[in-house]
Amino acid sequence: MRLIFLAGAALFTIGLIYLLNGSQVLPAPLGKLLSPQHGVWQNAEAVDESFDGDISIRGLKGNTDVYIDERLVPHVFAEQEDDLYFVQGYLHAKFRLWQMEFQTHAAAGRLSEILGEGPDSRILQYDRSMRRLGMVYAAERSMEEMEKSPASKAQYEAYSNGVNAYIDQMTEAELPLEYKLLGYYPEKWTPFKTALFLKYMSYDLAGREDDLEFSNARDNFSKADFESIFNILSDSLKPVVPNTIENPYPVKPVVDLAPPANADSLYYSFRNDSLTASDPFKPARENGSNNWAVAGSKTKSGRPILANDPHLGLNLPSLWFEMQLTTPEFSAYGASFPGSPNVIIGFNEHIAFGFTNAGRDVKDYYEIQFQDQGNNAYLYNGEWKPSTKRVEIIRIKGQSLLRDTVVYTHFGPVMYDHTFKASEREVRNLAVRWKAHDSSNDGLAFYGLNHAKNYEEYLAAIRNLGCPGQNCIFASRSGDIGIWQQGEFPAKWRRQGDFIMPGTDSSYMWKAMIPQSENPHMVNPPRGYVSSANQLSTDSSYPYYTGNVFPVYRGYIINRMLDSASHITPEDMMKMQCDNYNVKAEFAREILLRTNTNVLDETARKYFETFRSWDLRNEIGSMGATVFELWWQQLQQLIWNDEFTLAGVPLPWPSEYALVESLKNDSAYKFTDDINTPAKESLEDMLALSLKKASDSLSRLEREGRGQWEKAKDTRITHLLKVIDPLSRLHVRVGGGKGIINATNRDNGPSWRMVVHMTDGIEAYGIYPGGQSGNPGSRYYDNFIDDWAGGKYYELWMMKKEENKDKRIRWTMRFRAA
Amino acid sequence: MKFLISLLLTALLSFALSLFLPWWIIAVAAFIVAVFICQHPGKAFLAAFLSLFLFWTIMAWSISSANEDILASKVSMVILKQDNPFLLILLTGLIGALVGGLGALTGSLARWAMNNQRQ
Repeated sequence: MRLIFLAGAALFTIGLIYLLNGSQVLPAPLGKLLSPQHGVWQNAEAVDESFDGDISIRGLKGNTDVYIDERLVPHVFAEQEDDLYFVQGYLHAKFRLWQMEFQTHAAAGRLSEILGEGPDSRILQYDRSMRRLGMVYAAERSMEEMEKSPASKAQYEAYSNGVNAYIDQMTEAELPLEYKLLGYYPEKWTPFKTALFLKYMSYDLAGREDDLEFSNARDNFSKADFESIFNILSDSLKPVVPNTIENPYPVKPVVDLAPPANADSLYYSFRNDSLTASDPFKPARENGSNNWAVAGSKTKSGRPILANDPHLGLNLPSLWFEMQLTTPEFSAYGASFPGSPNVIIGFNEHIAFGFTNAGRDVKDYYEIQFQDQGNNAYLYNGEWKPSTKRVEIIRIKGQSLLRDTVVYTHFGPVMYDHTFKASEREVRNLAVRWKAHDSSNDGLAFYGLNHAKNYEEYLAAIRNLGCPGQNCIFASRSGDIGIWQQGEFPAKWRRQGDFIMPGTDSSYMWKAMIPQSENPHMVNPPRGYVSSANQLSTDSSYPYYTGNVFPVYRGYIINRMLDSASHITPEDMMKMQCDNYNVKAEFAREILLRTNTNVLDETARKYFETFRSWDLRNEIGSMGATVFELWWQQLQQLIWNDEFTLAGVPLPWPSEYALVESLKNDSAYKFTDDINTPAKESLEDMLALSLKKASDSLSRLEREGRGQWEKAKDTRITHLLKVIDPLSRLHVRVGGGKGIINATNRDNGPSWRMVVHMTDGIEAYGIYPGGQSGNPGSRYYDNFIDDWAGGKYYELWMMKKEENKDKRIRWTMRFRAA
Repeated sequence: MKFLISLLLTALLSFALSLFLPWWIIAVAAFIVAVFICQHPGKAFLAAFLSLFLFWTIMAWSISSANEDILASKVSMVILKQDNPFLLILLTGLIGALVGGLGALTGSLARWAMNNQRQ
């Protein structure tokens, strides 16, 4: 009897522990999570937590001291360069370990491993898309290149060792919160993970194209309509580098760029074979940025000022980690990527550097004709060329693993085939030719910039950047400014790669790469500034075709403001980065004001008045901005949706300037008529109707108290896992928007704002919407967000070693050889 | 007196073992104490229940107040779907108490069963 009691109690205890230790029954392992000595309580960092430490590790070559200031920015002083990158890895891991690994898992298509296949297999499909795009293959290629450089190899290994030194001494209690919530453990870091991370940036910045959608558009519109809707050269274009007498474009291409002889029938023709699929995981189109540098001739001090704000997905933990890296040879400060050594955007004692995305189309599709169902050979120049196969093993949490075979051709991986369909109607085999697959040691560019002392060294550094192509901006203390659109770019004929190309014929291959010296660039121009904002880098007189989708308005307004500016101070540049003037609205205004107000009802007339009296600024509290954005969106829908829906396949949406310019140039724009009604609608009808429709949404927004622009836009900074709202910062009050210098959209915007004044000693300011700690239980997790939203900046302190008694220093970590 | 001693010992042993071992070692700690300190199974359960409840609640509370409830506020929204650090601390205490209490009950019954065998 007593034994039965005993057995019962024992079983009950073990059962309860089993229940609380896993998530088989409960949604989370509550016992494990809430144990104060093991679980999430251990991540509740005391608000007065000390970050002091003495760390002794075997293998260090000298002494390294880290001074951590009041914003938790580490200033690293290493005697030896290898130790510097070791400590950078250690600090990245200490503050951002979970995010570093999660991003490389995302790059490698390994999210199902930790998250499961997801609702509707979405996560698994994402993983497959990354594998089939050849992300792992691309990282392997860049590893080969990196290992050829002894300096790079040593740097990446030191960095990995630093990350691993942190992981090795970390206790279970110190495991970042997300590992505990999801129930997994970090792997050892390797240089390969850094390569994966850099490929992820290539994917984010040079992985977007709409080639499948454009192929559909070609097949559903006449040539004239196509060229009108998808016009490449905007009237408002201010190219990054204009063609001038003192700085002319190359006269002719290095290779003959005549389109293939059969292009008219094979490539530009109507074939009615539209695809039905569209990649749901595309990087955001708004992944752009602003940068500019003004020469001493335009500044109050006579020294150049450089400004840069990269617009990327707004996430927590932030993509960026601010730090200073110093050895006896150099001292660099700025934003670094957890996952990679070096400062990525920043300055040293001599120069400042920054980037915007070039946005060139370096990812094209070729249609492959396989010999038979085995996909072992494909037709190329009249012969059967053997393919190779790569089996991708995808582990899925809670399920058996999936083997996905990807066929490789000389173009690259066949991303779409019968197992991963581009069309529901038939099997289309589409191989990807992507610049990120070519081997390059892109990280060397950042290493070089951190060390560069002048224009020549800057230029030598950026030449290592193959992909993603960037507008690399530069300013030096000695007074030079410059910009290069740098990357390895294919020399293309007009519209090459905008549509799926035949893979059976070598004449459609990329013929050559544009020589680096012919990349658009401008150094110390007479106008006194250089700038870029993702617009087309050149006008149509450049001898190479550079792609088809580019925003124009930020570039336009930046140049207009800089043209008229003089006696510029760093404060002026900060104000400009946060400027909310909507230049597109300036152009659209006179079109919208053509509305016949007599046909409007009372509500619509009220909103019309709100718009008419609006100051064209997307500020916090503005109702006019909300009216404009909703009204314009509605007008676009009314004008194009009828024709676009008729096609019944995914089509690219026209550029931001397409409607403004079409209506400005042609008041009888042919798409205005609604083809679904017998009547012939005029622009006047559509203006009134769109405002009527927008009024309904606007009234509803106002009733919900969300009429003001910042509430209607509702900017959010979401945790990387996307689904855990309490770890995100929602409803951030901030103005701006698409096409505005302050390009803050709903979940995308200025991810790091920096202004550097090239004085002796360097005067610099910066901020990012996040915080230095990746731990949601730390006060430093999101403490910069409110200041960022308010347009404030912090002084970026390039500390000198002898300032180690400064009151801004709160903690010290000492790394010593054991 | 026995009650108080076993309450204190359970908390101490739980703390010490948890420094090196997984969280559920608290059940083992309570079990050991209950085997060595002879008490009625009901009392043994109650002593360990109170012991772990106080230990986990006080520890969670002190960590959380040093953290100004930053984490507890977020985690309570994840787990309890409401911003309530106090409730999360209470839940923490209850989980520790139940696991510890059951461990002690098992221990006490084991002692009872062993005595029975010897008789």
